[in-house]
Amino acid sequence: MAVTEQEILDGLGKIVNEITGIPAAEVTPEKSFVDDLDIDSLSMVEIAVAAQDEFGVEIPDDQLKHLKTVKDVLNFIQA
Amino acid sequence: MSKDQVRVVVTGLGATTPLGGDASSTWSALLAGQSGIRTLTEDWVDTVPVHFAGVAAVDPGEVLPRPEARRLDRAEQFALIASRQAWQDAGAPEVDSTRLGVVVGSGIGGIGTILSAYDTYRTKGWNRLSPFTVPMLMPNGAAGWISIDLGAKAGAHSPVSACATGAESIAYGIDMIRAGRADVVVAGGTEAAIHPLNVASFAAMRAMSTRNDEPQRASRPFDKGRDGFVLGEGSGIVVLESEEFARARGARIYAVAAGYGYTSDGHHISAPDPSGEGGRRAMALALTDAGLSAADVLHVNAHATSTPVGDEIEAAAIKAAIGSHPLVTATKSMTGHLLGGAGGIESVFTILALRDRTVPATVNLDDPADGLEVDIVRTEPRALPDGQIAAINNSFGFGGHNVAVAFTTV
Repeated sequence: MAVTEQEILDGLGKIVNEITGIPAAEVTPEKSFVDDLDIDSLSMVEIAVAAQDEFGVEIPDDQLKHLKTVKDVLNFIQA
Repeated sequence: MSKDQVRVVVTGLGATTPLGGDASSTWSALLAGQSGIRTLTEDWVDTVPVHFAGVAAVDPGEVLPRPEARRLDRAEQFALIASRQAWQDAGAPEVDSTRLGVVVGSGIGGIGTILSAYDTYRTKGWNRLSPFTVPMLMPNGAAGWISIDLGAKAGAHSPVSACATGAESIAYGIDMIRAGRADVVVAGGTEAAIHPLNVASFAAMRAMSTRNDEPQRASRPFDKGRDGFVLGEGSGIVVLESEEFARARGARIYAVAAGYGYTSDGHHISAPDPSGEGGRRAMALALTDAGLSAADVLHVNAHATSTPVGDEIEAAAIKAAIGSHPLVTATKSMTGHLLGGAGGIESVFTILALRDRTVPATVNLDDPADGLEVDIVRTEPRALPDGQIAAINNSFGFGGHNVAVAFTTV
């Protein structure tokens, strides 16, 4: 069964909260990880590792660097 | 003390141990003769011959926010918690960041991280490893995190000398201030090594007590019935300052960190030199460095781990270096052995003993070993006299490292 975008967003919010302490509610599609959420490159790797486990998708390093916003991650996971 | 040396004082204490989540609760438990040792319930316990340990009384996960805790190895977590306590206890000194140093070591480093990361690597692959795996496993990680937390820029150092690490770190901190490199130094040791591989490895050396039916009676330094050490975990940290800096800011001063002695046995990788010469010289050098005479030293917090070979050798070394008069105690009887953290917490205990003029008793010393010619405090704490007095913390480590740190009342 395909997960909905809202389910992915909720899951991502939990991951970001767990890793950075940022409230899950602030993890909304238009947010940039670096500019809006102040997440550094190592934390992005942590988020990617957790997202791979949570959603069962592989996020290669050459793709990870293109995932600038929460929406980018939602699109990647749904693709 | 050489007259041209800067005097170094202790202004803050922090600890998280099997007896308590801070220095004061740990100290109260020590004076009450409580044991921090308990039976382990982990599923691996039946795979090793030792079924108990001194687990930290307060889990660091209850203290640190989750985003912070997940980036730190447990040993780093203990050290960060203890350093924050010590810093607050010192009144959070306002100091130029380039005059603030950190010296915090660990005997083993992030061993828990290494082992769990290896499991992740084997079962899930390299790309499931935390990007913080390296800073979590490196033994200098605690010093690095504390320097970040405090913005300390005078230098962050991490001596590694097994069970002498915490004491060596404090001695190195004294040196940083004497050398003019820093006005304030946060110094101590940490360890988090309660893992089946460590227990199995120490058991393979036949170094650990296997008194599984009486865990709280297992750590019994100087007792005839002792059969090995008991593994503990946690951290002890002190804030050191030049006396001039501390006085200028009106700091509360616990004690003078008066001097230290380092020696190495050059004898055996794990067994102490049976002559005790290395420990004796470390204490003698500490006296000289601190400008003390043996008669000034009225208390020794012994390294005494409860292994069959070490305790009597240390007792003889104390008698040879200082005499039979100091009140000797072995607080590992209650905390277990924190390895690289031991010299940190035991320096904290030595300083508090001077402050309160009270020496905690060694518990489980029911039947003292033959030939002990020192005055070991048993059953009840004993008082130290008024006036200017000194005390020594001994810490010795595998590799033949011997460190003695001398503290005096202000």
